[in-house]
Amino acid sequence: KLAMSGVEEISDESVEVKEGEEFDVEAEDHLRDDFLLDPTRYIFYRDRKEWADLEPVPQDDGPNPVVKIAYSEKFSDVYDYFRALLKNDERSERAFALTSEAIELNAANYTVWHYRRVLLQALSKDLREEMRYITAIIEEQPKNYQVWHHRRMVVEWLNDPSEELEFIADILSQDAKNYHAWQHRQWVIQEYKLWDDELDFVENLLEEDVRNNSAWNQRHFVISHTSGFSDAMEREIQYCLYQIKKAPNNESAWNYLKGILQPLGLSAQPGLLERVLELKQTHCSPYLLAFLFDCYEDALENSKENVAEEEQQKTLKKALEICQLLAQEDTIRKEYWLFLGRSLKNKHGKLNNYTFELCVIHPELEII
Amino acid sequence: KDSISTKGSELRLYNCFSDFCFDIFCYFQKGLRHLSDAYECLDASRPWLCFWILHSLELLEEPIPAAVASDVCHFLARCQSPAGGFAGGPGQHAHLAPTYAAVNALCIIGTEQAYNIIDREKLLDFLMSVKQPDGSFVMHVGGEVDVRSAYCAASVASLTNILTPKLFEDTTNWILSCQNWEGGLSGVPGLEAHGGYTFCGTAALVILGKEHMLDLKALLRWVVSRQMRFEGGFQGRCNKLVDGCYSFWQAGLLPLLHRALFKQGESELSRQRWMFEQQALQEYILLCCQNPTGGLVDKPGKSRDFYHTCYCLSGLSIAQHFGNMDLHHEMILGKEDNRLVRLQQSWAGGSAEQGWIHSEIEPTTTNKQ
Repeated sequence: KLAMSGVEEISDESVEVKEGEEFDVEAEDHLRDDFLLDPTRYIFYRDRKEWADLEPVPQDDGPNPVVKIAYSEKFSDVYDYFRALLKNDERSERAFALTSEAIELNAANYTVWHYRRVLLQALSKDLREEMRYITAIIEEQPKNYQVWHHRRMVVEWLNDPSEELEFIADILSQDAKNYHAWQHRQWVIQEYKLWDDELDFVENLLEEDVRNNSAWNQRHFVISHTSGFSDAMEREIQYCLYQIKKAPNNESAWNYLKGILQPLGLSAQPGLLERVLELKQTHCSPYLLAFLFDCYEDALENSKENVAEEEQQKTLKKALEICQLLAQEDTIRKEYWLFLGRSLKNKHGKLNNYTFELCVIHPELEII
Repeated sequence: KDSISTKGSELRLYNCFSDFCFDIFCYFQKGLRHLSDAYECLDASRPWLCFWILHSLELLEEPIPAAVASDVCHFLARCQSPAGGFAGGPGQHAHLAPTYAAVNALCIIGTEQAYNIIDREKLLDFLMSVKQPDGSFVMHVGGEVDVRSAYCAASVASLTNILTPKLFEDTTNWILSCQNWEGGLSGVPGLEAHGGYTFCGTAALVILGKEHMLDLKALLRWVVSRQMRFEGGFQGRCNKLVDGCYSFWQAGLLPLLHRALFKQGESELSRQRWMFEQQALQEYILLCCQNPTGGLVDKPGKSRDFYHTCYCLSGLSIAQHFGNMDLHHEMILGKEDNRLVRLQQSWAGGSAEQGWIHSEIEPTTTNKQ
């Protein structure tokens, strides 16, 4: 999901009483006797003597605010002090510590992350420790843009990708389609040339879930950047057909098959059409039919000069029959299949021979 | 769906959209002023909240009171960075996403006051500051690259008439490199095709006048395949689940492609319908995505939020209206009241038509507050 929503799971109805580090509340709502002495009790920054020198900066929303968020006391307090640090461009340990709190309250605040990076460099902080920190944060919030970007920066500064593939694999084990995770993985592999084991990794994921489109994409990514598809083509076609036989309604496998063949032309692959026509008997699907259509269309588009017009028209007829069939079977895409048929007919259809002959023999006749 | 389309319940369910109008307006009215602490996670996206709510109101043809509009203007002015562009909140750094949201929200308001908020010269400075040598844009200084940034940049540049060739040098090629083997576009080259990124990339190219350089046929095949045959709504990626927000990101591609193919000389395009199942999408949104207390959702069982409300409504508008300047066909499911404003006439669409409205802003004048 784009970084625009973030409250998907949260109800905006009630303001829930939050359990926190503020204080331990007993079931009867009494404070513990040792409340004031409890070392784990949360203390607002405004009450911390080590921060007394800094004047907090309240948020200035103006006199008639809009989209005003009812921040918790803790949130306001932390961010009032963050704004103060930012204003003074303070580069200190305490500033660094505060960024962790600000991040915990809103990990999407990219201004805080930027500031944290400035501090990491200005204070020559231990980047290994930062890696441990960002690892924990990503595990908690794996669908946030800022955390992944931050990790990438730290990896770049350390020039050490050695933990990445394992870490990302762990995140993917929790959500095998996490877009940020795949993005980071592709960056690491490409930047540090870590291609060697990736095809195996992909195959394992496809074993677990043959419908994982992210894994199919990664397959394409690895092969196009390593062996390329020329030598690998036959093996890849075999792989696709094998997976299709196991799960005939898996759109990913069909899309992949088309995707790898398209640059050369679907009709360029000898014997493929026949293999698919065979599959049609036992493993038919809208995807198979669409693939057949694409084969026929490619044959029409890229026909060699020696292909007789009659042959062409036969191919066109087969293609149009598929369109009709798909318009009936894959009804959600009816408008599209009908368009495709009209478009193909318009492009490759010829006047039928009868009409043509009439024109030639009787030029004065008006053809209605 | 067959089991719920018995006459009685069908009428009840199709009617419920307008029946809940009062609640949805309460949702917006409240949200535009106050949000609970559940929204702390969007504290760096407050212009988005303005945009999602204002755009939803616009689609529902609900006028925005002048005082509210003025207050939004003042707030967005406080989100504007002295270095140009808009931030997620007062005092934060500028970022392309809230910049997009703020500029589009101001355009929805559409008053002289609103237009005057934008410091166009500084905005150009900001866009140049996030421009990368390879044609892409980072979302903010020191931030990440992905195709959303190109769309945000192209949108605000065209709306404020600061579009220069230099600004988008190499951007076209970078966006084109995001079209992958699936036919859709990915966030960055190499990744999986994804509805949100595909919309951003395609719409950016439309604004730049370069959409014909995409493999439009492959893109068309990919996007129509994203409509779910049972649910009627759209998925974001192949083999993933339906989500109401893709009613806009995915279905919104079809008007763009229709126009692009037409410009390319395609003669067989329908003159009545987009190339997706309009009725099925309306059914998904109206029957499955409404929250009974107002607002819309991802899918049944999820809670409402302003993002999903905005994009479900946007998708509903697209599904209801076919056409361009000259041609217009409607297909409203349920009561007449269900009709929303046609998206092309409003601000948020990725269509290049956006740009013409601001031809009155001279490229050389600066807007002072």
